[in-house]
Amino acid sequence: MAESHGTPAKGTGAHTEADGGHGGGFPPFESSTFASQLVSLVIAFVALYVIVSRFALPRVESVIDARQNAIEGDLAAAQKFKDESDAALKAYETELASARTRAQAIGNETREKLNAAAEAERKTLEDQLAAKLAAAEKQIASTREAAMSNVRGIAADAAGAIVQRLTGVLPDSKAVSSAVDASLKG
Amino acid sequence: MKIDPIHQFNIEPLFTIGQIGKHTIAFTNSSLYMFLSVAVISLLMIGGMAGRQLVPGRLQSIAEISYEFVASTIRSTAGSEGMKFFPLIFSLFMFICISNLIGIIPYTFTVSSHIIVTAALAFLVFFTVLIYGLYKNGFKFFKIFVPSGVPIYILPLVMFIEILSFFLRPVSHSVRLFANMLAGHIALKVFAGFVAMLGVSLGALGWVGGVLPLALTVALTALELLVAFLQAYVFAILTCIYLNDAIHPGH
Repeated sequence: MAESHGTPAKGTGAHTEADGGHGGGFPPFESSTFASQLVSLVIAFVALYVIVSRFALPRVESVIDARQNAIEGDLAAAQKFKDESDAALKAYETELASARTRAQAIGNETREKLNAAAEAERKTLEDQLAAKLAAAEKQIASTREAAMSNVRGIAADAAGAIVQRLTGVLPDSKAVSSAVDASLKG
Repeated sequence: MKIDPIHQFNIEPLFTIGQIGKHTIAFTNSSLYMFLSVAVISLLMIGGMAGRQLVPGRLQSIAEISYEFVASTIRSTAGSEGMKFFPLIFSLFMFICISNLIGIIPYTFTVSSHIIVTAALAFLVFFTVLIYGLYKNGFKFFKIFVPSGVPIYILPLVMFIEILSFFLRPVSHSVRLFANMLAGHIALKVFAGFVAMLGVSLGALGWVGGVLPLALTVALTALELLVAFLQAYVFAILTCIYLNDAIHPGH
């Protein structure tokens, strides 16, 4: 078998055809083909191993690692941004709260100030009014006094005149004035 | 037309390379398909990754999925120490898987349908396990033959079975792949042959009757696609399990 295999390609082909084609040996158990297959397998498999271990796998690994790193980096960046936005939100809220209290304080202060000013104004106005009232009252009193004293004179004159008309006698002015005083008092 | 389901396994020398001793070394159709498989794998793994895209395209996805698939298989069976053998297991898996898939295409040749090829790969694994196991663990490696927790009076029997099964590993490892590919391709050829035979011998009636074996051929082709991948996976995972013995001897 090996001899016929050893002859040039034409002879080898004829041999295989005759041998394996029709009812010959079972090709997988044809031991004359083993050496050729083994040599090819060794060359092919070693080539494959070298290609896979030197080029293919490191390349795939680097790409997968790069992707992993990119994903982790992106996640970290996202976390950082989230933290930043959380901090900004917190700062905004504290700022808002302090602004609110400040606004309240300013409002209160303004209200108090305005109240105080209004109170003071009211007081001065009241004082002024009171002073005016007092002055007016005084004037009324003096006017009344004056009027009263005039009334007395007029009353005394009238009483004297009445008495003279009735009696024909001019009454004593002293007696008239005391009588007028008495009646005014009553 | 004579239908011979065995013809597809013929080794046809394409040209002679040289001579080793009494053996003539020829570049055969088997060699052609071996190198074709290597070329397809290289194209997939290097050409597919050429883009180095962050979001992978189709070819890059296939390359990355193969990588992750084999890597996770090793990690789950042999642990992270098994990653030392990642290139070897990846080469084995891809070589068997791609050559099997190419072999399903009609008129092609299936590399792993020859016992010499599967046996060579199985012995490669066997000696890798043996040499690495002895190199790493010394005599502790032989603890794989002595399971712990076995009563002393049945220990010799268990040891005998363990040793026998250890040395039968390359046989079962290689014959499983070889027989699966051989039987699948023969069945495929026989059913496909029925279609032509019925048509030639019975005329129009035969062509109608040929629908049934044709449907079976289609179904068998689908099954063979599954088997092509599954046998590559089984070969790879058994390699991982055997390597696990070398890495962690003692059950």
